Amino acid sequence: MYVAVKGGERAIEEAHRLLAEARRGDPSVAEITLAQIEQQLALAVDRVMTEGSIYDRELAALAIKQARGDLLEAIFLLRAYRTTLPRFAVSEPIDTAAMVIRRRVSAIFKDLPGGQILGPTFDYTHRLLDFDLGDGNGHRAAESAEPAEISFEPIPRVADLLDREGLIETEEAPGAATPVDDLTREPLRFPASRDMRLQNLARGDEGFLLALGYSTQRGYGRNHPFAGEIRLGEVEVEVAPAELGFAIAVASLEVTECQMVNQFKGSAAAPPQFTRGYGLAFGEAERKAMVMALVDRALRGRELGEEPQSPAQDEEFVLYHSDNVEASGFVQHLKLPHYVDFQSELVLVRNLRAERGVGPRP
Amino acid sequence: MSGYNFAYLDEQTKRMIRRAILKAVAIPGYQVPFGSREMPLSYGWGTGGVQVTASVIGPDDVLKVIDQGADDTTNAVSIRRFFARTTGVATTRRTDEATLIQTRHRIPETPLREGQIVVFQVPIPEPLRWLEPREAETRKMHALEEYGIMHVRLYEDITLHGRVATSYDYPVRVNGRYVMRPSPIPKFDNPKLDRSPALLLFGAGREKRIYAVPPYTSVRSLDFEDHPFTIETWEQACGLCGSRESFLDEIIVDDKGGRLFVCSDTDHCERRRERPR
Repeated sequence: MYVAVKGGERAIEEAHRLLAEARRGDPSVAEITLAQIEQQLALAVDRVMTEGSIYDRELAALAIKQARGDLLEAIFLLRAYRTTLPRFAVSEPIDTAAMVIRRRVSAIFKDLPGGQILGPTFDYTHRLLDFDLGDGNGHRAAESAEPAEISFEPIPRVADLLDREGLIETEEAPGAATPVDDLTREPLRFPASRDMRLQNLARGDEGFLLALGYSTQRGYGRNHPFAGEIRLGEVEVEVAPAELGFAIAVASLEVTECQMVNQFKGSAAAPPQFTRGYGLAFGEAERKAMVMALVDRALRGRELGEEPQSPAQDEEFVLYHSDNVEASGFVQHLKLPHYVDFQSELVLVRNLRAERGVGPRP
Repeated sequence: MSGYNFAYLDEQTKRMIRRAILKAVAIPGYQVPFGSREMPLSYGWGTGGVQVTASVIGPDDVLKVIDQGADDTTNAVSIRRFFARTTGVATTRRTDEATLIQTRHRIPETPLREGQIVVFQVPIPEPLRWLEPREAETRKMHALEEYGIMHVRLYEDITLHGRVATSYDYPVRVNGRYVMRPSPIPKFDNPKLDRSPALLLFGAGREKRIYAVPPYTSVRSLDFEDHPFTIETWEQACGLCGSRESFLDEIIVDDKGGRLFVCSDTDHCERRRERPR
């Protein structure tokens, strides 16, 4: 009568086998290739790289395949791999002003040096299911696209144009001697430095940050944002090895950057000027970069003398709960056995009920 | 396992964790922040315990892993296999044979001995968390030894329910100084923490904290003179080995209210059944 939880080992092996089978699906359907995922599910790859915190399209595609398309699981796979890699250098800050641009829009100036470049955006599509895109017809749409114009000229950033007039707060990059915080090496501490906060937000769950950013627009910590500039394109990563004494390019990345420009009436210490919120993500990740910038600005309250009153302005609340690998793990650990604690609770509740006269004494 | 270091973590990371452990041992009950790594198992599955174990395990260790007191629950099996694969050390189910025991939610019934290390998996390390959600605040409260809020909570339980209504993760005071969460062990196990001859290490991976109770350190469960700390008792004895001293799991055997009570510590139960009566 007593069925013990024996045979855990065999059960686990069988579960792995079933998972592999489910992953493959119907074997009469062709197996998906990593190149297909990389090319045709590129935005999923971008999200997994951003929140997985590693720029490697092939590994991200592999993670998505292994995770059966569950992007949070894919992010977790990539993170668990990333943690085994040595950190051999800290790069120079990337220079997004020198970006080779594919898309660049500003919502605050009608025209500006470098112009507005729409690029590959969903923005003005009508969200009508395109039945012509069904199996095997994808090439038709691709054929009709005109080759994109790519500018190799540096296009000045909108925030820098405002900066020249002193209308927006100046941001000085800390010198090379200042070490960059890295929350994958050091635990989060409060108050968090801005670099640690931005790292946390870049790795943070897009859905969570989207809701938080949205809440600031609806009055929960309103910060009067304008999309100063969003740019998407390729930047070079440079490393300056000590033994060389100058920087060399080691890689190029595609990134999306968002600079929010926020109204600020000034304080006793600062004159009225615009303030900034910053967002950066790997690949094409415009929504992520935008909400990151909104939440970054919301979390600058302490520094700007704003009283934190809303969730998005609460540093501990946001930074402790933004990581979907942590959140997903802890929520799902409720599936693990808790019978010992539950037994203790049963004893307690039975005792409490007996004392109230509503149950037998255990 | 090829391609990975002994016990999975690289030596630099192990050193960082060992430094945190040494600090934790030097300040019993104090939560030491550490650079917790992302592990190949999910947060909440014991990533903190696994990192602590990986940092202290050596080739001569004999490892035992339990979850809910049992060696054969799926997560215990999975973690034991992880270390068997990545270290090749001997594993055991016997508490008395183990040099290193990783546990979730229980302390073995078999008394621990000198030289043994017990590693606890901790979900939420902060004992004051349900009373104060902010880490910046709770750290201050520990620094100032400001624990009145916890005593008020226990007192409120007594006025409402006539007893402290906490049955697991029952707060303790370590070495007369820090209030500590013993990880969600049932309060039944709390007395085993006091002056334990074994080294007790607590790892919280997601929350990035390590704390410790060194051997023979005083660990007192919080209580009041007129409401002393008590532990759970059962009317029943274990249905398999007849033990009246061990923590019992309740198993529902039919849909007519039938219950069987058995030891949660599977090794303890097996040893007792092997012994001639």
